[in-house]
Amino acid sequence: MLTFAVLKLQFMLSNEDILRLRTDFPILEEKIYGKPLIYFDNGATTQKPVQVLSKIEYAYKHLNANIHRGVHYLSQKATEAHEEARSTVADFLGAAQREEVIFTRGTTEAINLVAFSYGEAFCTEGDEIVVSVLEHHSNIVPWQMLCERKGLVLRVIPMNERGELDLEAYASLLNGRTRLVSVAQVSNVLGTVNPVGEMIRMAHDKGIKVLIDGAQAVPHIPVDVQQLDADFYVFSAHKIYGPTGIGILYGKQELLNAMPPCQGGGEMIDKVSFEKTTYNVLPFKFEAGTPDYIGSTALAEALRYVSAIGLDAIAGYEQALTEYATEQLMQIGRMRIIGTAREKSAVLSFLVGDIHPYDLGMLLDKMGIAVRTGHHCAQPLIDSLHIPGTVRASFSFYNTRDEVDLFIKALQRIVPMLS
Amino acid sequence: MTINQIQDRIVEDFNQFDDWMDKYALLIELGNGMEPIDDQYKVPQNIIEGCQSRVWLHADMADGVIHFKGESDAILVKGIVALLLEVFSGRTPDEILQTELYFVDKIGLKEHLSPTRSNGLLAMIKQIKLYALAFKARNS
Repeated sequence: MLTFAVLKLQFMLSNEDILRLRTDFPILEEKIYGKPLIYFDNGATTQKPVQVLSKIEYAYKHLNANIHRGVHYLSQKATEAHEEARSTVADFLGAAQREEVIFTRGTTEAINLVAFSYGEAFCTEGDEIVVSVLEHHSNIVPWQMLCERKGLVLRVIPMNERGELDLEAYASLLNGRTRLVSVAQVSNVLGTVNPVGEMIRMAHDKGIKVLIDGAQAVPHIPVDVQQLDADFYVFSAHKIYGPTGIGILYGKQELLNAMPPCQGGGEMIDKVSFEKTTYNVLPFKFEAGTPDYIGSTALAEALRYVSAIGLDAIAGYEQALTEYATEQLMQIGRMRIIGTAREKSAVLSFLVGDIHPYDLGMLLDKMGIAVRTGHHCAQPLIDSLHIPGTVRASFSFYNTRDEVDLFIKALQRIVPMLS
Repeated sequence: MTINQIQDRIVEDFNQFDDWMDKYALLIELGNGMEPIDDQYKVPQNIIEGCQSRVWLHADMADGVIHFKGESDAILVKGIVALLLEVFSGRTPDEILQTELYFVDKIGLKEHLSPTRSNGLLAMIKQIKLYALAFKARNS
């Protein structure tokens, strides 16, 4: 009986569960212009549970000492916490080895690191990098910089009108000069869940490596990098209930070993002399300077928090909530949902008639509802859709149907004002 | 009327409403009532790009005063553009340069002028002052 109850809890989140989980997030009690906060901007960043907040305070109060070099007790404790965090991340991603997990400042820095170091090791003039049309700027610009630096060509996978990538076109882009494919697992604007497993297989069939930008995926769906066979996988802590300023680069060991470091400094060295410096082993080779050991400790806590709820349960709940919100939104006249992929995550981008997204966002804000408006750092995607931007509601498991109902009510009040 | 008298009148118009909804309704009305900018002025060199919305601003000088025409793709921004043009258009460069803009703050819409909103309005005000400086330099 107990097993059954546990199993049930693993796969379904009841309204009571959600209300209980909400109490873990102090900020959800905030009032905005005197109205209860409705936070639908989780795609930009998620709120933090007390477990994570307490961990940060605990770490500063009880574990604070610079790591990896101190002989003293506190330094040992801090080092242990930091390295345990690495193991927690490795387990969370299903990495084969903990050394394959590199701490970065976030997704952006992780992609920049690969663009530089992989580019140095494996790319020469005339080679090609493949991205998709729905990428975030941070998965476009680092590759453009690499292209400029080394004379490479950037190729772009197109999508269909639903916002799904065109896999035939993708196949035709893969050739002998393709050095790397870099795509998002989930689009931050459209919510499209790309078939990255299949895309990785297609690339590997031609001996091409693949980086997956998991920033919008890890908070919402279970990820296993070995099952995906991803060569690189990156994400940010702050989008999965962890602290800002820390993120992860997962990379296969043989690749990371073959890549030169992109930053020099402390921690990343083996021996230093003015004649010749040798580099440290993985993962330290890529972690110059004092690492954010408080951040890593808090990230590990966030991953434990999410894992305790269960990503399958989270995915199921968020899916149902997104479907409900979509149905409700469609009740509003002249509603256009931007992004109708068959596989979609907890992101709802929309426009109403020709109302500018800025106007909708500003008036929703006045009603205590936080959404994001604009191009969402994906200008090429927005331009390809010939729209000025979108209003984006992005959900977390702590959002409720009641909040969706208030959101719809607010829109029903605002839309006539702006029409 | 002086520029500040116009600013005071705008403040009075808006502050008769307590509810933000009414203030925004008035702003939307002003935006909708604005004469649309002629297509010949909707050219790239007149665009002020914001991250969230764009503003077009065109300036002409005649009889010692500067006439501005403006528009935005977002209606709330357009409403504020209408107010800014009411304040600044048809004024001499010196009047424009000496003006301290206070009405936006006093009618509770200063959040639209926050640099972090990036809607093009702050850049537009800067551009208005730059036009005034340029016309002044050209005429002296």
